Amino acid sequence: MTDIRATATPPFRLSMLVNDRRYRSLTFQVIVFILVMAAAWWLIDNTIRNLALMGKSFDFGFLFQRAGYDISQTPIPYTADDTHLRASVVGLLNTLIVAVLGCIAATVLGVIVGVARLSRNWLFARLMTVFVEIFRNMPLLLWILIVYAVFTEILPPPNAFRGDEASAGMILFDNVALTNRYTALPTLAMTNDPGSLDLGARITFNWATIAFVVVLVGGWIVRRMIRAWAQDVQDRTGDRPVTWWKTLAVMTLPSLFLIWFFGLHLEAPSLQGFNFTGGLNVSNSLVALWLALTLYTAAFIAEIVRAGILAVSRGQSEAAFALGLRPNRTMSLVILPQALRVIIPPLISQYLNLTKNSSLAIAVGYMDLRGTLGGTTLNQTGRELEAIVLMMLTYLVLSLIISAGMNVFNARVKLKER
Amino acid sequence: MSDTHAQTVAFVRDTMLPAAAPPIRESGAVRWLRENLFSGPVNSILTVLGLLILWFLVATFWDWFAHSVWNASSLTECREIISATWGPDARGACFAVIRERWNQYLFGFYPQHLYWRPTMTFGLLMVALAPVLFSASLTIRRVVLAITTLVTLWAMVVLGAPAGWLVFAAIVLATGLILSERNIAWMLPFSIVYPLLGVWFLWGGTLWGPIFVLVGPALGWVAWRLLSRLSPLLATVAAIVVTLIFWLVLAGDAARDAEGLLSLSIESVRSDRFGGFLLSLTIGVAGIALSLPLGIVLALARQSDMFLIKSLSVVFIEFIRGVPLITLLFVASLLLNYFLPPGTTFDIILRVIIMVTLFAAAYMAEVIRGGLAALPKGQYEAADALGLDYWKAQRLIVLPQALKISIPGIVSTFIGMFKDTTLVTFVGLYDPLKSMSDAVRANVEWKGIYWEPFIFVGGIFFLICFGMSRYSMYLERRLQRDHR
Repeated sequence: MTDIRATATPPFRLSMLVNDRRYRSLTFQVIVFILVMAAAWWLIDNTIRNLALMGKSFDFGFLFQRAGYDISQTPIPYTADDTHLRASVVGLLNTLIVAVLGCIAATVLGVIVGVARLSRNWLFARLMTVFVEIFRNMPLLLWILIVYAVFTEILPPPNAFRGDEASAGMILFDNVALTNRYTALPTLAMTNDPGSLDLGARITFNWATIAFVVVLVGGWIVRRMIRAWAQDVQDRTGDRPVTWWKTLAVMTLPSLFLIWFFGLHLEAPSLQGFNFTGGLNVSNSLVALWLALTLYTAAFIAEIVRAGILAVSRGQSEAAFALGLRPNRTMSLVILPQALRVIIPPLISQYLNLTKNSSLAIAVGYMDLRGTLGGTTLNQTGRELEAIVLMMLTYLVLSLIISAGMNVFNARVKLKER
Repeated sequence: MSDTHAQTVAFVRDTMLPAAAPPIRESGAVRWLRENLFSGPVNSILTVLGLLILWFLVATFWDWFAHSVWNASSLTECREIISATWGPDARGACFAVIRERWNQYLFGFYPQHLYWRPTMTFGLLMVALAPVLFSASLTIRRVVLAITTLVTLWAMVVLGAPAGWLVFAAIVLATGLILSERNIAWMLPFSIVYPLLGVWFLWGGTLWGPIFVLVGPALGWVAWRLLSRLSPLLATVAAIVVTLIFWLVLAGDAARDAEGLLSLSIESVRSDRFGGFLLSLTIGVAGIALSLPLGIVLALARQSDMFLIKSLSVVFIEFIRGVPLITLLFVASLLLNYFLPPGTTFDIILRVIIMVTLFAAAYMAEVIRGGLAALPKGQYEAADALGLDYWKAQRLIVLPQALKISIPGIVSTFIGMFKDTTLVTFVGLYDPLKSMSDAVRANVEWKGIYWEPFIFVGGIFFLICFGMSRYSMYLERRLQRDHR
């Protein structure tokens, strides 16, 4: 083969760079490369000249200056005396908080709505269709503004809860108070606090949290070992030992013990003066943003779930019944694994969208990454170029991490083709 | 045996009985209810739940809608009318704000005496879209174009358009109607010229600018014709280079000189006067029209065998998809001053359109790549076997099928982009949703009005987006070629 071509190849002429398909792609790529480099050089040269004209430099030193502004929600300790860098990290953590909460809630709601749309109940299916169409076809910004307006305009102020004839009442057995400034939630409190692990930079983890994580992860590992043992016994003898009470015990008992040991209990918020104290006061900007993101994304996830379930052909469940599988085994062993394969890739992009859409926090004044690094820091230091570049890179890395993580999961549930 | 048996039976039915009516539980409304609403305990509970939700919605909002006021000049007056008519405790919507600020929601701060220009632009858009979008059915074409003609001309008369322009619009609309009866494809030249005409109508200024923008590609075409016999590649390159050189070097001066010789100007309108749905539609339509071709090019580049082209495309797509649109808009409003030669300024709406286009194009590229990947390999091989070169294969075999497969994704990208046009509020433009409503609320008369503007703007967005998704379903059905 090779020697035939070697003899047939004509000597190289310059016109072959344009006319010969083998060389043409090379020529084309070289031209494109030169053009791209020229464009990049042009942009960088312009930037340098503009920076010089404005008397600015390109350096990230401003990140280590004093920030001098307050942030309403701080997952890690932060004061106005901290650096811009720490303010940006606080913003990033706030982005992550709303993104994670939103992804979880949107998935739960989306799956419920998606399944309900397939329900044989005519009325309920129609209602869910209306829900999906309404939320999908209006801008997310509208939903954020509406939910925020509901919270700030309709809900009572905290002092409406005061007195014996209060005009407003708390819900969920006096545990949650919805006010027009914040939502007062109960917090977890301990009578037997073990103290905290100090990681430096004033970031601390309570030992109790660490203990719970260790116990839960350990329980998960033991559960897998028990199931592997059960599988082994089943392979050898054909009888599967009953394991559900063992796994349940492994998963719950240690946690229950820790709850008793640390004296963990819920502490409900109570009205002191004009405000609720004792509980956790979550600002309405977070609640409104979270709720709007959840409702909007849930409508999209509902469609994805519905499409995924419809994509599994009817013959699959009929075949499973023919094999004698019970309905719930059919669901978990036959339908769900196939539906998940269709559902997960678009679900990943919905999670990414939700994370990126959380930057609309600007509409409600929630201090996320855009609000700190791309907002107050940018305005105070006047470093547009550095702040926006850094912000975009952070979002990019965040997106890449999410999609990489979800791709690993996707690879695990994907059809194993051999 | 059988005979004797027959003798022993006292009665044998030899005619069919008339069909009896089905039992009441198995027919009509009762059966439908039993099957669809109360087929089991779970279903019954769901039905009750659904009814409760419906009841809650109706009970909460019915009074508010039923007591709505459409004719008042301030929120206080609205409330007075409501309490006078329905008692002191009654709540009611005050849609009078929409009636009062209708122009502002539609046109923003566009000069009032020029409202007819955006109206005409939008009417002519329908004519320009006719050969592209609804070319299949004569009935649909007739209905859409007739309604457009009537509404546009009526609105232009009401808004006080000059007689000359009224005649112009009437001629174009009538031509569209007549050609749609014969062969709508003859309207295609108008569709090609329309974007430039539209820009001229909206922003005003001199017509020589758009004319010389068109001259560029015309010169490029001449260059292509002259050189295409020598080498097609060389001709293409020459055409692009000639066009670009003409645009960058000659077009500006030529337009200025021509304007000096013969003035073809209409009153110009600055970008900061744009607002409301005029702004959303301008950005949306421009973004849609530009992002599809760019998305196709990016998708083809990503599927290319050439390493450099492929990696550039991957980097671009993944970068754009990895950052929120809002940061790109900030780049447009804050950073473009850094990237362009010192002293350059260009229009903020144009910058936003560019960013929105790039953003949508990256998503579009991924959607179209899905379509390209879904195409059976045999199609590519068949194109090769026919001896088609790359562009012919893409144009005649691959893209028509790939684009057809990706229609739902393409349209949802369009819908997403149209919804995202509301984000321009964060770079200081007057979108209908936030900035315009804030501007309305800034007046003393309408201070504290929230829900009515939200419902109005949301309703219009819903109509447009829902309409687009229905259109994509229709298109899918129309283009379906396989037998199922």
